[in-house]
Amino acid sequence: MGRLFAVILVVIALASAIPIVTHTWYASGISLSPPPDISKHGHAIDEQLSETMIEAGLLFLAAQLVLAIFVGKFADRKPEDQIRTFPGGAKVMVIVALVLVGSEILALGVLGQKAWANVYFKPAAADALQIQAQAGQFAFYFRYPGADRKFGALHPDKIDEGNSNFFGLDPANDLESRDDIVTGELAVPMNREVLLLMHAKDVGHSFYVRELRIQQDFVPGLDLSVHFTATKPGKYEIVCTQLCGLGHYNMKAYLNVMTQEDFDSWMKQKASEQ
Amino acid sequence: MRRKQVLVVLLAVMISPAWLFGAGTVSGKVTYTGTPAKQKTIDMSKEPSCAKQHAAPITTETVVTGANNALENVVVYISAGAPDESSAPSQAVTFTQKGCQYIPHVLAMRAGQELKVVNDDQTAHNIHPLAKVNHEWNKSQPPGTPPLSEKFEKEEFIPVKCNVHPWMRGFFAVLKTSHYAITADNGSFSLPNLPPGKYTITAWQEDYGTQAQDVTISGSETKTVDFSFKAKPY
Repeated sequence: MGRLFAVILVVIALASAIPIVTHTWYASGISLSPPPDISKHGHAIDEQLSETMIEAGLLFLAAQLVLAIFVGKFADRKPEDQIRTFPGGAKVMVIVALVLVGSEILALGVLGQKAWANVYFKPAAADALQIQAQAGQFAFYFRYPGADRKFGALHPDKIDEGNSNFFGLDPANDLESRDDIVTGELAVPMNREVLLLMHAKDVGHSFYVRELRIQQDFVPGLDLSVHFTATKPGKYEIVCTQLCGLGHYNMKAYLNVMTQEDFDSWMKQKASEQ
Repeated sequence: MRRKQVLVVLLAVMISPAWLFGAGTVSGKVTYTGTPAKQKTIDMSKEPSCAKQHAAPITTETVVTGANNALENVVVYISAGAPDESSAPSQAVTFTQKGCQYIPHVLAMRAGQELKVVNDDQTAHNIHPLAKVNHEWNKSQPPGTPPLSEKFEKEEFIPVKCNVHPWMRGFFAVLKTSHYAITADNGSFSLPNLPPGKYTITAWQEDYGTQAQDVTISGSETKTVDFSFKAKPY
């Protein structure tokens, strides 16, 4: 009977590993592979993800195998058989387990540090294109500093959405805000670093672009930022991935990666529309 | 007998319709001076089903102007001196959401009159009149749902917004009087069927506020009352 259990355990473990090894976990009927990576740093995230997958997968299989061996060997124990304990007792077993799991987590952390730190701990280049992103129920808006390269100050009391003043600019008194360009889509030139200054208008939101391999929360009251370099022209969806209220499902915008020439003419067009 | 006759005549005078005495009209034009703020192009890229309904991108409608400094979408109404009015008409007024825009931008109605809100779009809207005097409400209207029916009981100018599409903005002008008009693209308005009397005519513009003028109507004359708002560049 113990042998049968062991075989079933091994079969279940292998069967659940197959879709992961063959990458069919992305097969929701749409794509057999992860969404294309369009960022400079994305490959590091992808590699880290597959390393984590492999490591966790091997550990999972090893654990199932050990379980199967124990079940096969000791399930049919007779009452008179001697009960065997871990050498050194429960204390040693817990310490060994802690060290094993701890070093595994530490190894993942050390390996992953590079991918993570490149986005979050390394500051953006000084000449990065600064764009402010504002998340509010239930839309994203983006602001470019305009010709003076300076963002006008924000006055929450001046916010007038019906008049397309989503940020609360005061062009009547604040010269710096007069040339600010506010848009509903995030256009960026390809192969140029972008520093996204993130600002929440009301509650918590999140900026997520699968193809950029970036997901960062907006936190009310905190000035957060992310930086990235997009490498492939195209239109990609930006979605809010932090449940923010009734209209959360419809809170989205588009990231439009363009060549520098297209970006310049887009900018000109948008400036004329302000 | 004589007293009865006097009473009948008095009663007839009291309830007689305006045409017995001739009905006056107040008409005029609403214009602006100065430079109005440039209306901004609305970015609807978030909602492609709406964006594709507009051949050219639409702009905000805070200040809509016509030729010769005309101001459109100004509500002109009698704010004082209007005779006692009948109850609100049974016919409903309709406010339509189409292409992620409110049509009309300014909708006038009588207090207590039925208001129908229609969603012609393939996306869900959220109708949120920011009423302060009346009861504030906020209703979601998914595509394909029947029109909502509501009414406001008190006089008020109510901004209307959609929580899902922040650029959408409209106004409800809820009025006690039945004598109101909204200026056309040439800025003109006309308030007909006014019995003789002294009236205060008020013009309301969503960004510039209100202006009032007094006018006296005697008989079936047409009086001209023009309004001029000072435009703000920002």
